Amino acid sequence: MKMTAFAAVSSIALFSASSVLANPEAEVLHWWTSGGEAKSVAVLQQEFADNGGTWTDMPVAGGGGDAAMTALRARVLAGNAPTAVQLKGPAIQEWYEEGVLADISSVAEAEGWADVLPASIADHMKCDGTWCAAPVNVHRVDWIWANTDVLEANDIEMPTSWDEFNAAAEKLMAAGVIPLAHGGQAWQDATVFEAVALGILGADGFRKAFVELDEATLTSDEMIAVFDQMRTMRGFVDPNFSGRDWNLATAMVMNGEAAFQIMGDWAKGEFMAAGKVPGEDFLCASTPGDGFLYNVDSFAMFDVDGEDKKAGQDLLAKLIVGESFQEVFNLNKGSIPARTDVSLDAFDSCALLSSADMQASSDNGSLLPSYAHGMALRGAQSGAITDVVTAHFNSDMSSAEAVAQLAQAVANSY
Amino acid sequence: MMADLSLNQSASEANFGKIALRWLLYALLGLFALYYLLPLFVMVTTSLKSLEEIRTGSLVTLPREVTFDAWKTAWSGACTGIQCEGLRPYFWNSVLLAVPAVFLSTLIGALNGYVVAQWKFKGANLIFSLMLFGCFIPFQVVLLPMARMLGLMGIAGTIPGLIFVHVIYGIGFTTLFFRNYYVTIPSELVKAAKVDGANFFRIFWSIFLPLSLPIIVVTVIWQFTQIWNDFLFGVSFSQAGTQPITVALNNIVNSTTGVKEYNVDMAAAIIAALPTLFVYVVAGKYFIRGLTAGSVKG
Amino acid sequence: MSEWLENHLPKIVLAPSFIGVLVFVYGFIAWTAWVSLTRSKLLPRYEIKGFVQYEKLFDSPRWDTAMNNLFIFGTLFIVIAMVLGLLLAIMLDQKIRTEGVIRTIYLYPMALSMIVTGTAWKWILNPGLGIEATVRGWGYENFSFDWVVNPDYAIYTIVLAAVWQSSGFVMALFLAGLRSVDGEIIKAAQVDGIPTWRIYSAIIIPSMAPIFLSAFIVLAHLAIKIFDLVIALTGGGPGYATDLPATYMYAMAFSRGDIGQAASSAMIMMLVVFTIVVPYLYSELRSKNDG
Repeated sequence: MKMTAFAAVSSIALFSASSVLANPEAEVLHWWTSGGEAKSVAVLQQEFADNGGTWTDMPVAGGGGDAAMTALRARVLAGNAPTAVQLKGPAIQEWYEEGVLADISSVAEAEGWADVLPASIADHMKCDGTWCAAPVNVHRVDWIWANTDVLEANDIEMPTSWDEFNAAAEKLMAAGVIPLAHGGQAWQDATVFEAVALGILGADGFRKAFVELDEATLTSDEMIAVFDQMRTMRGFVDPNFSGRDWNLATAMVMNGEAAFQIMGDWAKGEFMAAGKVPGEDFLCASTPGDGFLYNVDSFAMFDVDGEDKKAGQDLLAKLIVGESFQEVFNLNKGSIPARTDVSLDAFDSCALLSSADMQASSDNGSLLPSYAHGMALRGAQSGAITDVVTAHFNSDMSSAEAVAQLAQAVANSY
Repeated sequence: MMADLSLNQSASEANFGKIALRWLLYALLGLFALYYLLPLFVMVTTSLKSLEEIRTGSLVTLPREVTFDAWKTAWSGACTGIQCEGLRPYFWNSVLLAVPAVFLSTLIGALNGYVVAQWKFKGANLIFSLMLFGCFIPFQVVLLPMARMLGLMGIAGTIPGLIFVHVIYGIGFTTLFFRNYYVTIPSELVKAAKVDGANFFRIFWSIFLPLSLPIIVVTVIWQFTQIWNDFLFGVSFSQAGTQPITVALNNIVNSTTGVKEYNVDMAAAIIAALPTLFVYVVAGKYFIRGLTAGSVKG
Repeated sequence: MSEWLENHLPKIVLAPSFIGVLVFVYGFIAWTAWVSLTRSKLLPRYEIKGFVQYEKLFDSPRWDTAMNNLFIFGTLFIVIAMVLGLLLAIMLDQKIRTEGVIRTIYLYPMALSMIVTGTAWKWILNPGLGIEATVRGWGYENFSFDWVVNPDYAIYTIVLAAVWQSSGFVMALFLAGLRSVDGEIIKAAQVDGIPTWRIYSAIIIPSMAPIFLSAFIVLAHLAIKIFDLVIALTGGGPGYATDLPATYMYAMAFSRGDIGQAASSAMIMMLVVFTIVVPYLYSELRSKNDG
């Protein structure tokens, strides 16, 4: 009822005024629903409303966006696409190829996105040279979190190589502490795997393997070494890790049951929510090895009819990359702003480290997309890799066998 | 009538054995009740704990301190998106969806079952088999073509659209239930009524429907549960404003990178299930009435 | 005119359902068959590319696991839920004083959404949190119940939770059935001095054949479609040890944007259902109606 009245009013507005004066409106499909996330998005809605826009919320959580993507497909096929959709990584280009995305280059150029976004992140937002998505944040994936007291009690430093990690883990085992808190879900296995792979293969090797899917790298001895390290790590988790939610693993680190966890920086939110202080109660560091694996959330605009909706898309894109939203949102979310010119005064030490590392790795070419979080590869390929990773980690498959399966699964996934 | 079995077989020396058997029966029933109640126990106790207590790792234990905050949050304060109004706003959508869908699919099922069981024509069994086999189509398969169809029909994203989908995929089961129930009613009944000049609908209305209470109860339980708890259709064929309660529940529970509040999750799950639980309790009563109706028939 | 109408009324009543099923079930199956022959990715495309999706499917070790699991799970689930449901119905039918309460207890799992109940089961079954930890806490240090974290046994925990969810409904079906059995026949049998168990096994249970058909269809349908529970309880893990065809299909279609592959797996699923259900339907419907 309200909607029809609104539509009527806005269509009158269409006839009586030029499109510049359209009432921006947007139906936004996203999967940020938990308390902290929801508050973060609410900031965007507020800014949108302050600029005269009408925001219709279409939240669908679950499976890291799987459920939202299911709803999105149904909506697109019904000819009823939402105005803006939370999409990330190569999925943006995949949807573009289906011919359903809108071009937001005019906003991007007017706002000078090219100057404020790191090049490798900007590339994710482009489809055939035009801008088709707006980045919200940068999550770093290759973090290792630790309980300060446990490390001190056992006289252990944050590891800077996987050998050091293994030595520390042995020591912790002997002391009766679980070295690695881990949840045995496929995506968590993949998260640990890619951190290990980045450390052992190096930035170039990682890019070859998980961005370019270079067969020689996928079947190399280094890749066998990666799986060997995964087998070693399997010995460092407690026997009940299967199926555990990531936040319960974080809780194990928090209460000293376990020493380390390898997880993206959303884990910080869990520490913070429990009133822990970074640097005092818990430590954050990049996992052993050089490089930076990013997981960037972004919004893509779908091709819709109506001046109001188009105005809504332009306004939304502008606000998303705007400085104020980037700051407030990321303070809430635990990630760092995608644009590099935002003041970080209000951010905590982990976020500052993340930002400095992002800058450095962007300069030396080791700023890399996370494969485990759908930034490096399309769904079919990354899924095929995860199948092998999780099957190896949860069975007694040999590393050589895993590597052979990896090459086959990737070849089979096209 | 069944119940008479264990009691009526007299012989007083067997009384002791009977009592022992009866105790065994109750013990068994109680044991199974434990199995069924265990997860509910975990859910209820978790919902009564504070997040603090859950974080310290005690998941399957009694709460140290009972608090109802989680229940309040789940109903009216949990974030399901930008709005943090809990399950409340979505509740009505589900009612508007489930009640007509259950009513329609049960009515259609009763008529279909009546035809297939008592008014057989050439090919009726084939049609029935086709409907039954249709029960097995995985819903994941129908999502995309259905989305297209709803779009073409102009009811995409609306509650009537969702009702339509649930009725279509519910018919197989409702028809099955009624057919298998009506098939046990002697066909002489219809013949006699026809001789008396009653027509198709009259026989249905005044003979079959009054006998149908137990199976209506079963069908309503099944359909209401399926439709109320459906998530896949609800999430795919709704849009902002028409999302059913399961989508809201999912949004509360299934955050990926957010902080998890298990106590709110559990409370929300129980709240979302209250209408179905209510139907079960009420329907259970009608099982007994159905029994009475049955014995009048007998 | 009205006579014609009266004669054709049964067909007219059935017609809309028939057309609906024809279009929305069989039409969609045909659509799926078509798509399974294409290389559809994110959205369906319609250029036929041959059987490449089926070749990929049969090459996939994950699909093998999923099919094996379906047979293990399906058989155990259907048999256990059916036997338990019948047993509970018979026990409840003995003039139990608290029948209303107990019946509701047995039925309620069906009311709960598996999205969350799966989590409760996950905790109960987790060796470190649930049953194992509790029993060990009682002093039985050697007690072990770690199926859920063991790739070889995890599928049985799915059976356990699925039986928990559905056996109550099967019980309700049987209870409704027991109570519609003709009382006269039973009284006559009792007068003849036939023992109770014989009355059940020779008279009552055989007369409930249509109920068995309902129960079988309901359970088989749940077995094929089980999805939420797997996602919430094990997420398909450890590894993909508890993957089932429905979760495989969903992963392919919606997480991985490989609709062609998902369609081919759906077709194989339908084929399995067909080979199991159709002979059963055929024998049931034939013997009960035309015999």
